[in-house]
Amino acid sequence: MKQSIIQLAIVSGKGGTGKTSIAASFARLADKRIVVDCDVDASNMPIVLRHTIIEEIPFFGEKKAVISQDRCRGCGDCVIYCRFNAIKDFYVVEPMLCEGCAVCAMMCPYEAIDMVDNRSGSLVIAQSNLQPFLFAKLSIGEGNSGKLVSDLREKAKSIAEEQNYDLIIIDGPPGIGCPVIASITGTTHVLIVTEPSISGIHDLERIIQLTQHFRIAASVCINKSDLSDENRQTINDICNRYNIPVIGNIPYDNDVIKAQIAGKTVVDYSNGLASQEITKLWNNVQAMLQNVTIK
Amino acid sequence: MNIAIASGKGGTGKTTLSTTLAYYASQFQVTALLDCDVEEPDANVLLKIKVEKSYPVDVLIPQVDMDACTGCGKCQKACQYNAIVLIKGKPLVLPELCHSCGGCYLACPEHAIKEIPRPIGTIETGNINNLFYAAGILNVGEHIATPLIDEVKKEHRHATLRIIDAPPGSSCPVIHAMENSDYVILVAEPTPFGFHDVALAYEVAKSLSIPCGIVINNVVEQYEPLFTFIKHENIPVLATIPHDINIAKSTTRDNLMEYMISHYAKQIQTIYEYCTNRVML
Repeated sequence: MKQSIIQLAIVSGKGGTGKTSIAASFARLADKRIVVDCDVDASNMPIVLRHTIIEEIPFFGEKKAVISQDRCRGCGDCVIYCRFNAIKDFYVVEPMLCEGCAVCAMMCPYEAIDMVDNRSGSLVIAQSNLQPFLFAKLSIGEGNSGKLVSDLREKAKSIAEEQNYDLIIIDGPPGIGCPVIASITGTTHVLIVTEPSISGIHDLERIIQLTQHFRIAASVCINKSDLSDENRQTINDICNRYNIPVIGNIPYDNDVIKAQIAGKTVVDYSNGLASQEITKLWNNVQAMLQNVTIK
Repeated sequence: MNIAIASGKGGTGKTTLSTTLAYYASQFQVTALLDCDVEEPDANVLLKIKVEKSYPVDVLIPQVDMDACTGCGKCQKACQYNAIVLIKGKPLVLPELCHSCGGCYLACPEHAIKEIPRPIGTIETGNINNLFYAAGILNVGEHIATPLIDEVKKEHRHATLRIIDAPPGSSCPVIHAMENSDYVILVAEPTPFGFHDVALAYEVAKSLSIPCGIVINNVVEQYEPLFTFIKHENIPVLATIPHDINIAKSTTRDNLMEYMISHYAKQIQTIYEYCTNRVML
């Protein structure tokens, strides 16, 4: 049954809390898994997860409007109808601002505007540890990252079905908007990585609310947990209030950055405190996912 | 003058720098801090300015008059986002997918579509003396942040210096935050992740033809590829802030800006003077 594929997403709300360092370590600790880097805007997992690329699939985002300078008579209707201020004077489309709505093409009295395909990146299928590792390359300033995330996850799922993988680990982007929503919808469990700073706490509540909005089970891990006992307690209180378990506390450890510089995951690079706690966290996550499958 | 602060990677110190810089600048001129990280707006967690005004931001979505609709399907065909589906010959609108382009409204031959407002978030504003603050707060569950970012940027136009705290990443929300800025300050951590992502943010600024400077923050180790890149692209380094566990600890308390101003006065002053002079030239 398809039902048995577990999808674990790692997100944070606030950026820079340690999502990728933790997700990449999980990818090494798991026996059999597919791993997907869904932070398509700023994909960092390929830096620490050794891999070989198997295939690159072109990704086409929304089409972009192009004004034919031969046919354009300069009436300016397109400028009036474009709600994204994407048409600059006399008369050229700024591709970064064009959202591909095609209103200008529809309204142009001289049929001078074409909507052209826009290759905005690629899906990359790679292998790491002889197991599938998917990530994306999105061109600079492209929109539609939500669609690219959905395509990546769709691809991961079809590989899982073909090759009998029952675990997909997803490294999500920061924030709570479109690419984050695309990364967590339909997952089995969301692990939220937070830190005991005042902005970390502020962002934590919003990402918890997002998981609850979509009714997805979640748990929390506190990274750099020894920076403030007081704020760590606040995080525990918030999690209690939302009825979300705190399943990991990872202390501040310079080995995390050193591992990055060495191009390795934390668990491969070091046996230090952070590495040990990430391993414990992974055991807790596994236990939690086990419960889900028994249910 | 608009200065955007961006980094690509999250958690490199954008908000710390933008709030500290705004706080410092407000001694000399009317300054606004515009928090455009609308998915996770944190600037006021540090600034602690009392919110005086708060108002919802709407986008337009189509509403179909079913009596006038003939089910011709032209609205569905016009919509590039699959936000209108025809079910049994009648259009159904999916508001979260709508980009508010107005295409369906224009395409409908029966004039059966009107556009109605739908709230996606809130803007809050306030000030202390010469320091004005505005932030967009995206409603939880909303997909599209850019219209809210555009609205935040309309606030406090009277300020002579407007500092824009941009979101992480390198796609549409970052472009909307940076667009029309006079200068971009990139905040980079000298790590592989920090370097990889700041290079993306730099590319965004470059493609918008906005000049950039860079602040190197949280220096734990020297990471050579970042410095090679900076040299190669000829980006001015405005300041270097070391790894300081007290900054990390201050972010866990309530006195981060005070700590930054008292311990890194020189850096903050240099950044401020460099940017203001650079833009005036």
